[in-house]
Amino acid sequence: MNKLSVDHLLGIKSLNENDISLIFKTASHFKEVINRPIKKVPTLRDITIANLFFENSTRTKISFELAEKRLGADIVNFSSSSSSVKKGESLIDTVNNILAMKVDMIVLRHPNPGSSLLLSQHTNSCIINAGDGAHEHPTQALLDSFSLYENLKDLKGKNILIVGDIIHSRVALSNIYTLNLLGANVKLSCPLSLLPKDIEKLNVSVETDVVKALKWCDAVNVLRVQRERMLKSYFPDNREYSMLFGLDVKKLNKIKKDILILHPGPINRGVEITSDVVESNNSLILDQVENGVAIRMAIIYLLASKMNFSINE
Amino acid sequence: MPNKILLDSKKIEIILRRLVYELIENHKDFDETVLLGLQPRGIFFIDKILEVFKRDHPNIKIKSGILDYTFFRDDFRRSEKTLSASSTKIDFSIENKNVVLIDDVLFTGRSIKAAMSSIDTYGRPKSIELLVLIDRRFKREIPIAANYCGAKIDTFKGDRVKVLWGKKLKDNVIYIES
Repeated sequence: MNKLSVDHLLGIKSLNENDISLIFKTASHFKEVINRPIKKVPTLRDITIANLFFENSTRTKISFELAEKRLGADIVNFSSSSSSVKKGESLIDTVNNILAMKVDMIVLRHPNPGSSLLLSQHTNSCIINAGDGAHEHPTQALLDSFSLYENLKDLKGKNILIVGDIIHSRVALSNIYTLNLLGANVKLSCPLSLLPKDIEKLNVSVETDVVKALKWCDAVNVLRVQRERMLKSYFPDNREYSMLFGLDVKKLNKIKKDILILHPGPINRGVEITSDVVESNNSLILDQVENGVAIRMAIIYLLASKMNFSINE
Repeated sequence: MPNKILLDSKKIEIILRRLVYELIENHKDFDETVLLGLQPRGIFFIDKILEVFKRDHPNIKIKSGILDYTFFRDDFRRSEKTLSASSTKIDFSIENKNVVLIDDVLFTGRSIKAAMSSIDTYGRPKSIELLVLIDRRFKREIPIAANYCGAKIDTFKGDRVKVLWGKKLKDNVIYIES
């Protein structure tokens, strides 16, 4: 199959294994494109994309913008702080107004889970979810798995550990769905207070002893402690968290093997991961950032190719 | 209607040798020239050209690569099918080089237009030439012509020209499928 099974990218949950392998294959071609002296192709020159960011973002926003520009699309950027949302306009009204200006595709980041789904049901546009609350962040999970796939090839049977603030993390959920589809074994490690209820139903195991979990895995994805989403205290302090769950050289030396290290960013150095681990040879953190542009180009390309061109005569 | 054989392996072999001589005539030692096979089928043809170079002219060192032009095609979103890309491999600079694009069949010319636009993303070549095995005459939709041509043939619009490459030179054949 050379077509995505979906018309929007709302979450990994709606994708199948073929979709992921198509996205990876297309991303590898775009990775070659973004390493050319001139990193731009004209494929989407007749497409306009609006980036709607109702939440702060550095990496994802820049990554989407670069992906869109390198595909030759026209783009408009929107952030909630400088918009009519402050005047009480609803999300659907805001988006329908933007669409009335002949915008073809919407990239949405929003603090409410399900906001992308809502838009896809109430607007006539292609929607890409760039993070909806603590629900899903599909492009991040795809770039994480693509970075693993480049290094480990087939992820079937590979052991992947996710350490950190699972309960507040949309990256964790999307990663679990992706890794499950690709046949990897997934283990989670975090304080039990940061573990969502019934998470085992998603075909993952849990290990609170990080060193034991690190010994088991081929790669570890370290997630940030999302203090800004915490309405109460989930653990005593950063120092204790760092001692028990933070990735440092001392813990890595104990496992006596090389494992790949990922982090979706932004990094809180010294809390969930130390600087020497971030900059170590096994760290894929900057590869993830590069792959992010290629993965987003692939997703936009594949979704745009499902929107047939028409000229009104 | 049965398939009509256009060229058998003997004729293809003669054409391959002639095309290689024509290239040598114009590019001499190939110091400033690179050959690029176009995806998806030109990559098999360029392999045959390189085989002849290696066999008959082993002293000439050739820089070659493969080019995919999918993202430069003009029919994106114009059909039900998603345009699937293939790999590109160009391990050298093409800036100020003579580039020879190599494809098996020249038909509407649109692929060549896309390939020439795609080349620009790697730099500015000194010149671009086109070498094709088969030129389907009178079927061009844009003004493109080949500099080197194996054979010119006349076909109907619905015909498909198939180039089959075997493991050995004697297994090669070109035919029309109606």
